[in-house]
Formats: sequence, C-alpha cells, structure tokens
Amino acid sequence: MIENKQAGLYIHIPFCLSKCGYCSFYSVASPELIPEFIKAVSQEMAFYEKSFQSFDTIYLGGGTPSLLSMQQIDDLLKSAKDHFNIDRQAEITMEVNPGDVSAEYFQQLRKRGINRLNIGIQSFNDSLLKFLGRRHSAGEAVCAIDAARTAGFGNIGLDLIYGVYGQDMKTWKETLNKALSFLPEHLSCYQLSPGEKTPLFARCRSDGLRLPTENEALDFFLTTSKILTDAGYIHYEVSNFARTDALKSKHNMKYWRHIPYLGLGPAAHSFCDRRRWWNKADVKAYLKAVGKGKKPQDKSESLSMEQLALEALFLSMRTKDGIHLRQYKNRYGSDLLVEKKPILDVLIHNKLVVLKDGYLQPTLAGMAVADSLALI
Amino acid sequence: MENIRNFSIIAHIDHGKSTLADRLIQYTGVCNERNFQDQLLDNMDIERERGITIKSNAISLPYRARDGKAYILNLIDTPGHVDFSYEVSRSLASCEGVLLLIDAAQGVQAQTLANLYLAMEHNLEIIPIINKIDLPSADIDRVLEEIDSELGLDPDTHIKCSAKEGTGIEEILEAVVLRIPPPKGSEENPLAALIFDAKYDPYRGTIIHCRVFEGIVKAGDIIRFMYNNATYKVEEVGHFLLQRARRDQLSAGEVGYIIAGVKTVSDVRTGDTITHQERPCPQPLPGFKEVKPVVFASIYPIASDDYQDLADSLEKYKLNDASFIYEKDSSAALGQGFRCGFLGLLHLDIVQERLEREYDLSIILSVPSVRYRFTLKDGKVIYVDNPAHYPDPAEIDKGEEPYIRASMMLPERYLGTVMKLCMEKRGVNSNMNYTGPGRVELSYEMPLAEVIFDFYDRFKSVTQGYGSFDYDVIDYRESNLVLMDILVNGEKVDALSQIVHRERARTRALTACERLKDEIPRQMYKIAIQGAIGSEIIARSTISPFRKDVTAKCYGGDITRKRKLLEKQKEGKKRMKMIGSVSIPQSAFLAVLKSDND
Repeated sequence: MIENKQAGLYIHIPFCLSKCGYCSFYSVASPELIPEFIKAVSQEMAFYEKSFQSFDTIYLGGGTPSLLSMQQIDDLLKSAKDHFNIDRQAEITMEVNPGDVSAEYFQQLRKRGINRLNIGIQSFNDSLLKFLGRRHSAGEAVCAIDAARTAGFGNIGLDLIYGVYGQDMKTWKETLNKALSFLPEHLSCYQLSPGEKTPLFARCRSDGLRLPTENEALDFFLTTSKILTDAGYIHYEVSNFARTDALKSKHNMKYWRHIPYLGLGPAAHSFCDRRRWWNKADVKAYLKAVGKGKKPQDKSESLSMEQLALEALFLSMRTKDGIHLRQYKNRYGSDLLVEKKPILDVLIHNKLVVLKDGYLQPTLAGMAVADSLALI
Repeated sequence: MENIRNFSIIAHIDHGKSTLADRLIQYTGVCNERNFQDQLLDNMDIERERGITIKSNAISLPYRARDGKAYILNLIDTPGHVDFSYEVSRSLASCEGVLLLIDAAQGVQAQTLANLYLAMEHNLEIIPIINKIDLPSADIDRVLEEIDSELGLDPDTHIKCSAKEGTGIEEILEAVVLRIPPPKGSEENPLAALIFDAKYDPYRGTIIHCRVFEGIVKAGDIIRFMYNNATYKVEEVGHFLLQRARRDQLSAGEVGYIIAGVKTVSDVRTGDTITHQERPCPQPLPGFKEVKPVVFASIYPIASDDYQDLADSLEKYKLNDASFIYEKDSSAALGQGFRCGFLGLLHLDIVQERLEREYDLSIILSVPSVRYRFTLKDGKVIYVDNPAHYPDPAEIDKGEEPYIRASMMLPERYLGTVMKLCMEKRGVNSNMNYTGPGRVELSYEMPLAEVIFDFYDRFKSVTQGYGSFDYDVIDYRESNLVLMDILVNGEKVDALSQIVHRERARTRALTACERLKDEIPRQMYKIAIQGAIGSEIIARSTISPFRKDVTAKCYGGDITRKRKLLEKQKEGKKRMKMIGSVSIPQSAFLAVLKSDND
C-alpha cells in the first residue's frame, strides 16, 4: 500500500447541455447516461481504494457538474467517503454553470459538504458570451454569484477568459472590475487558447478573426495582474489569483507540485509515485470497461527522473513561489545554481527570475515566459 | 591489346551520362535485370541524388563486335566538379578515347565544351553522341551545326542515340571498337601503371584502380609507388565487372585493380605510377600532382558527448578519401572538434553530408578558410589556416594570401557580368581570347579566399550554366589581412571568426550579423550580435526578445500533454549550441558560410 496522505480527488462529469466552441475538455450532450455514470464512478473508486488512502481535496469538474441532481451529488460524495478516507477539513470544490443555479441549489450544495465554488462566468459581456457559445447571460452570472453568497458560500472562485477574438482591453477591464465588485476569494483568468480541433478555432479561421498578437497577449496578462494585485490579490500562478494564501486552490496546487491525485471519470488524469495515467475519453467505452470490472484506463506512462525534473521546473515556473533549489537538487541531482549559472545570471540581470530564500522564482515578466524558463 | 578499348563518357550535367553508361552495361550483358539499378556507376546515394559523380569508377564490358572478334571495353567514369578536376584529368589520361555526349534538345553546353578541351589536352579520340533523340524538342540539325561550329568537330562522325529507350547503343559500341585506337605499349617493357583512383575495402584494404601502360603485373610481384618509393607485395589483380573479377595478371593496355596490402587510401596518390621494384620503368608517367587541401574548416559535434563518435566516423571516412585531412582542434565556444582540409567547398559539403547521413552525426562547421602566410617581425614565416591561430597583429610584418588563376569559358553574351563578378572578387590581370564565334576564354588572377566562398555558384548562375570554370593555385601575394570576430551577447563565437581582407571585413561582418539574426530564434532576452576587428565593432544586429510564451492553462491534471510539447522543444534545443546564454542553431552556423548574394 502506498501512503499518499495529501492526495487530491478529481471527478470528471463529462456532460454538457451544449458544447462551448472553444472548449477542448471532453464532454457529451447525453444527460440520459448520468445515472449509469454515477454508479460507474463509484465502482471505479473501488479499484483505487488500496492505492489511495486519504484525500484532502475533492474537485467536481467537467463538463458541467451542475447538471447533476442533489441525489447524484450525494451519491458521489458518499461513495468517496465509503471508499476513501476524506479529510474532515477537505476542500470540496464544484464547478458550476451560472445558467443552472439558484440560491436554493447552492444551499443544498452547502448542506452536502461542498465548501468551494468555481463559477464559470467567463465574461460579463453578453455579446462575448454569445460568441463563446455560453448558455448563460451576464445577468444570470450576476444572479448566480449573488445566490451563492446568499447561500453562505465563503469561498467563491470566478473563471474569466481574456484574449477572445475581437475583445479589446476596455471590455476586458469592465469584466474584471465587475468581477472584483463581488469580492471573490479566487479568480482564474485564462487566456483563450482554443485547440486547433475546436469549432471556434475553425470558425475564426474561416471568418478571418485573429487571436491577440504576442504583445497584445502580454498586455492582457500584465494588465490583469496589475489590476488584481492592486486590488489585493496574490498572483500565485500564471492564470490564478487568490485573496490570501489560505484561499489558493488547494486542489490545483497538487497538479503543480507533484502531489498525487486521482482522476475518476472519462478522460480524467491521475498521478501517483512516478506514474501518470488517464482514462478513456469516451463515456460509453468508460462505462463498458467499468461494467466489465476493468479499470477504464486509456494509457499510462512511467516518468523518468529527467521527465519529473522537467515537469517540476515547468510547473513551478508557472507559480509565484518558484522552485526550491535545494529540494530540486536533492530530488533530481542537479544544482541549477551551478549548472545553469551563466544563463541564470542573464535571467536575473533581465529581471525574469529572482533568487529568494532558497527559491528560484519567476518575476511577473518571467511568468509570462515560463515555458522558456523551464527549458534553460 | 588489339582487343582492348579504354574510354570515358563526358557530358554536360544531365545530358544523360549515367543513363548511357547503364545502357552500355546492360547491352554487353554484365548486368542482368535482377541486379540492375539506375546509375550503376554512382555508388553513393549522394552521387545519385546530386546527379554528380564524386568518385571515379570503372567497369570492363565484354563485347563481341560485328567483325566477330571479342573485345574488352573499359569504361572509366569521371567525377564532374571543379573540386575534382585533377581526378578527372587522371581518369582521362587512362583512356584513348571519349564519348562526348550532347543532349539533342539542349545542344552544346558549357561543360560539353570544357570536357572537350580536357579530352583534346589528352589527345583522345572524340566521338560525338547526340542523346535523347526521342525527345519531342530534339533538334538534331541544330546540334549538328553546333558540333561543327562550336566544337570544331566533323559532324559526320556523330552517332544518334536515346539512352533512355536503348536505341543506338550497338552503333556506339561499334564506334568504340572501330574508332578509338587500341592501347599502345608493350608487355615486355618495365611495368608502368597509372593510378586513377583508390577505394577502401574493409576486408582487403585499399583497392587501387589503375591503367597499365607498360609491362605486366601479377600476384606475388613486388611493386613500388614512384612518388614515395613505398613497396608492396601484390596479393591480387583483376578486372572490374559489377564486382571485382580476379585475373592472373594485368598487362599493358588493360584497366583493372591491384590489391597489395595497402592499408589506407591515403597511402596511395592518384596520378602516381606503379612500377616493379626489381625492374622499374625509367621515369614515372607524366601529369602527377600532389593534391593538397586548399580549404580548411573545423568540425564540432553539436552534443559534446558525440565527440568520440565524430572521431571514429572521421577515421572511417578518411579510409576512403585520401584528399581529406584532419587533426584535433578545440574551440572555446564549441568544445572539442577537428580541423579539416578539403579540396574545395563541394568536397567540404560532401564530407559534411556523409558524416551526417552515413554516420548519423549532428555537426557544426566553422567558417572555411584558406591557408594564409604571415611574416612576423622577427622574420619567422608561419602558415595559418585556422583563425584561432591568427598571430598577434602587433607581431605581423606582412600578411599574404594564396592566389589562383581562374580559367573560364563562356558565351560572349555573359562576358560583362562575369568580368564584373571577377572584379568584385578582387580579380586582376585579366586575359581574354575568342575561341570561336561568340565564345570567350577568360582568365583572371584572384585570391583563393574569394573563390572558395561562392564564386563558383555565382559564376554558374550569372552564366546560366553555360560557363565552365577551372583554377590553379599560383602563388602567395601580399594582402591587408585582419581577423574578424563575431560576438553574441558579448561572447566570441570563435567558430565564426574569419581572416579577411580589410576591405571585405565590414561587408562580411554585416552579412554574418544579418544571417545570424535571421537564424537564431528569439529568446527571453535581447540578443546583440556584433562583428569586430579586435575591440573595434564594425557591424551589429539585434534580436528582440519574445515576452510571452506561456499558455494559459495546464488542462486539469493533464500535465503529460504540456510536458511532451516541452520535451519536443527541449530536443530541438539540444540540437543547438549554447554560446554563453544564447542557443544558436546549426542552421545559423551554416547560414554564415553561405554565399554573399543568394
């Protein structure tokens, strides 16, 4: 048995009423499969009860978890508690779509132990929401946040998107300021990066719309950081901002810090020891495999120390904390300060990284080129 | 001896030399359908792809002629580039006649003429062959007129053929028998055999390709190379069929091979004469020249781990290329490598390509250099072919660079542009002759350094392929030389240093800076590229940094996808050289070597 005290549990709810044009996450518009799916996830948990003992975060992501009924959410969380040790203080997050919710709904969620919300606002601009293919309006977004507060949620994260085709800085600032007016505990501001296989990508290419240039994207990135840090938020990861250290997403941090996590449901990814694996991105295949008593895994990989070291570097260069140099040396046998001295000198001189308390940390400008920092 | 004919096929590029050779080989039955492949004599992939022959090659074709007698027709294939013109001359010296191949559609071209002159120099019988008569665009009447007016040959002596369709092949073979004279010489005379090539065989050592002019050589003989007086015991002699075919002896007039325990091809000099130790011929066959490398460059592995592989590969490569020389070298920027000498830039290209292709190495080449001569203030004279060994400028009394005499043949209509090119390349003492109507022979004395860079390519391009070019190194002449360095973010990239004429330094430096700017990918910080003479900056360019590359989101826990992307980039980066804080791709080094105006 492997001891994974602080693991994270992710459950992928692969259902959406409609598909947003930019999204490359796996989901289907087949809500009739939900009951069977809930059972299958419970069965899938059984496969892992020996290898994962306890979790201190649960994250219901999607897809659209807010399509689930209260009973179905109950069933999922109950199964999790039956199969695993769930920390009593666990951070339990659920992603919700502003179009699906009400104060009553949020109250029910709270009763069931959900203590953190991630609301997929994306924008407070109706025409942008329509362009992105969202089901909700800006008005509904406002109502949803108000309802969550009314229901007593004290840890609310809002998801926003910038760099949308045709979006200017003014529209983006309006959305940001509107979001700030709700004093959210957490903000995720993602730059739109539609996968090449998404309908939005194809549509925009045929319509001749262009994504922001490198300089425009940088401008969005820096402006966002400036506005939010001025408002008192910690810019703790490329796209993530929290009001205090305690309000950072505990679950997402596990992804960036090589802490084990178990992903259940179609297309969900897991990491434990030096292994990564992921499930089939196909609900029917997933249900079929679980029905036969088999793990619904698609593929897995065992990471070499070199791969782990690369991951550690690229993930930590995306975070404000950066990388602990001695720890890195102990784990991967490479002393960056010695081996990369010439380039680190240049990076420090160019204010892309700083050395602080034994950490190599990206500056804001450094975070913007985190991919390259990982390849030094 | 009456039944032997030694001949070569000469032609402008793409006029069908290799196809005709294939057809002759097939017709005489040396090769059946099963082991036939196109361009039988071009053994190397590089030769087939580039359509040029690099190594000489030979094959003996058995042929029963219409007179009922059996003949041995020795076809000697020749390399086709100015870097190897000495090898060509040795192959032609081994023949009594040539087939001068002319494309029926294109007519007489520059190389047709240049080759004709070479053949005439060796007093060879010339048989004009009009090839590709099957082409719809074939214009035989025009070609016949050109044979008369431009080549000065009797057009009635021509033969028409289509090597592609196999027509006219027998007439050609008959003409070889009837018109090319049999070899002269006597089996009774002391042995005199001309070495026209040598190849390395991993089991037998060096296979010497030779033409016996006088005497007989057989297994057990003690032979001597007249150039260095080295002696060997002959193990085997034979003819060339598709493979080697052992014979009891090679006698006067024959073409074949000798195996005599010679370890490497470098122990053999093309053009040398082989004779018997006991009963030597009175003097060597004429025309021997020691071929010396004229272009020097360093080769470094991109990954320093590959150094040993590179060393092993060079050793293997050297076994089969006597004109290639190398020795250890090291660069502050690029680490351990080798300083190499080549016959010319094509030779350098070939070595580089074969190292990468056959030995699977990623290498970086330094900027090629000629061998300069410096007289120091203390009177010492030193030769420098490596910018790293450039003497302290304060110590230099006089700098000299090698000059060549370039001989060019071209249609008159290109005269102006070619003269302009030659002058641009610091050409002096021009000389001009009209060799026929509309045809000019032009010669210039030029610094070799100007020629090795891009002269040949540009000459071919300004004459649209109608010009032919050859050169001889003549002497050293005083020149105002400087050492030009390239700095990337303040770090000297020694592999890019060049010894140049002072007037050339600024242009060269600017070109290098611009090329590097185009080839070095943007990085997280500004990159300054500078050209300098000592501490004086004479050229610069700047690569602005990129400022955002991070993608917004690592999708859920899917770290794998992102890592794989980065792994790929990292792999790409490994193929670059880190100079200080800047990753420089191999292409950037190559770009600096490229010609000035393309």
